[in-house]
Amino acid sequence: MTESLSPAPKVWQHRNRNQQIISWFLWLIGTAIFMYCWQIVSESTTWFFVWDAPRIAADIGSRMIPPRWSYIGDLLEPLWDTLNIATIGTMMAIVMAVPVAFLAARNTTPSARFVRPIALLIIVSSRSINSLIWALLLVSIIGPGVVAGIVAISFRSIGFISKLLYEAIEEIDKNQVEAITATGATGLQTLVFGIFPQILPAFAGISVFRWDINIRESTVLGLVGAGGIGLQLNASLNVLAWPQVTLILILILIAVIFSEWISAKVRHAII
Amino acid sequence: MSIEATSPNSGVSGKQSAALPESWSRPPFIKNHLLRWGLLLGVVLYLYLSIGSLEVNWTRIYEGLDRGAKFVFGFMNPNFAGRWNDISEGIIESLVMTVTSTVIGIAISIPIGFGAASNLAPLPIYLFCRGIIALSRSFQEIIVAILFVAIFGFGPLAGVLTLSFATIGFLSKLLAEDIESIDKSQAEAVKATGSPWWQWINYGVQPQIMPRLIGLSLYRLDINFRESAVVGLVGAGGIGATLNTAFDRYEYDTAAAILILIIGIVMLSEYISGYIRAGVQ
Repeated sequence: MTESLSPAPKVWQHRNRNQQIISWFLWLIGTAIFMYCWQIVSESTTWFFVWDAPRIAADIGSRMIPPRWSYIGDLLEPLWDTLNIATIGTMMAIVMAVPVAFLAARNTTPSARFVRPIALLIIVSSRSINSLIWALLLVSIIGPGVVAGIVAISFRSIGFISKLLYEAIEEIDKNQVEAITATGATGLQTLVFGIFPQILPAFAGISVFRWDINIRESTVLGLVGAGGIGLQLNASLNVLAWPQVTLILILILIAVIFSEWISAKVRHAII
Repeated sequence: MSIEATSPNSGVSGKQSAALPESWSRPPFIKNHLLRWGLLLGVVLYLYLSIGSLEVNWTRIYEGLDRGAKFVFGFMNPNFAGRWNDISEGIIESLVMTVTSTVIGIAISIPIGFGAASNLAPLPIYLFCRGIIALSRSFQEIIVAILFVAIFGFGPLAGVLTLSFATIGFLSKLLAEDIESIDKSQAEAVKATGSPWWQWINYGVQPQIMPRLIGLSLYRLDINFRESAVVGLVGAGGIGATLNTAFDRYEYDTAAAILILIIGIVMLSEYISGYIRAGVQ
């Protein structure tokens, strides 16, 4: 073994030494932040309840079965309300979101310096605030009921629809618009014949997608008093009527699966 | 609905004579006449029924306009100072919950995402992981939060568990889709060197999905912060409880301050995550 003095062949490594050190350092910081946060969570937790959780979960589980099927008569009207909140809310959102989207898209906005930032601010504000918080606000302003739910859903959806729609508008084919403009079309005609046909499939897809999300969200708006099946859920939870809760959860599940099925069907037909 | 937007221009083609057509109309978005008019009729009928069943209390709404104006006014002059202790406590708790739940959620999502990718996992594991994803996706965070509060007691832990659970449905699903669409030849090349399974995953699959995993995780961090503001409404910790109290007391200036903080943090994090994502991809 004459070659025993030469160094061992170097094993291939993904990173060199400095990169390795930086990577470990970042992991260390990340872990430290996580541990610190976990400690805060842990301090404000009553661990006795947590250790007791399996027993309580089993207890609640046993109370939830069987569902109280006879309660379904009281649920059909709230379910209809829930559907209306989602559908009318989506329609209202579309009406408000389309102009915002055109103002926000770089290629259609009248003024990139003044109008576009305002449109983007509307989009961000609408998107950052959950529909439940919108509902909370609207219940406190216009009173409990289905209308507060509809407005809450529509306010939350404006940001979502506008954002996806203005991205679609920015990606349109310029040549088609130019061809329409070259015929001497007015601004409105360019919009209707040059831009609309190009974004229509995306627009239909986005609307149906948002409607699907809104069905899910409208099922819980009742928790803050904004109508729909959530009201019944809240009432049942308050009196610990677990068999009714089970039935409501089953209905919500069916509604969610149904809406997802429809939205998948429609989007499949469009694209 | 969007679909009938182009429907009025129909039936023109039938009138055209053998000579040159004199007018042109856009082809309709839905070609089948029966389906198009049926959908339109259905929508009108639905609107008639649903708007008819709305119970609108106009006097209550009219009275509310006053409060609405107050809220808009509160937005102009948000009151950060009045309840600053409550607000800062709530925001910090929300941020802490966001970080904790995102980390826990990602840690659980990655194995489930691998299990739910049909090109990696055997069928039983695939079905099991897809089942977990479907379960996590079908219920709203707030419903899960209610159940977790009932089981684990009030406090941020219930919120952290809720958000972690919701993260699984989101991240695992998108991760699994990404794994299913990886470039097979790269993974095969690593396998051809005789590497064992974990090296195959580590060098053949992981580098391909890493940019997307980082992007999705950052996006989920955003979502978890937004949701952490909501789970507090049912007692699962975070800024939601403070916000609820502010609305209950009609303290619109405090509520506006909280909402402005939420919007600001979301914008900031969106900006930072866009920056990081651009660096990774």
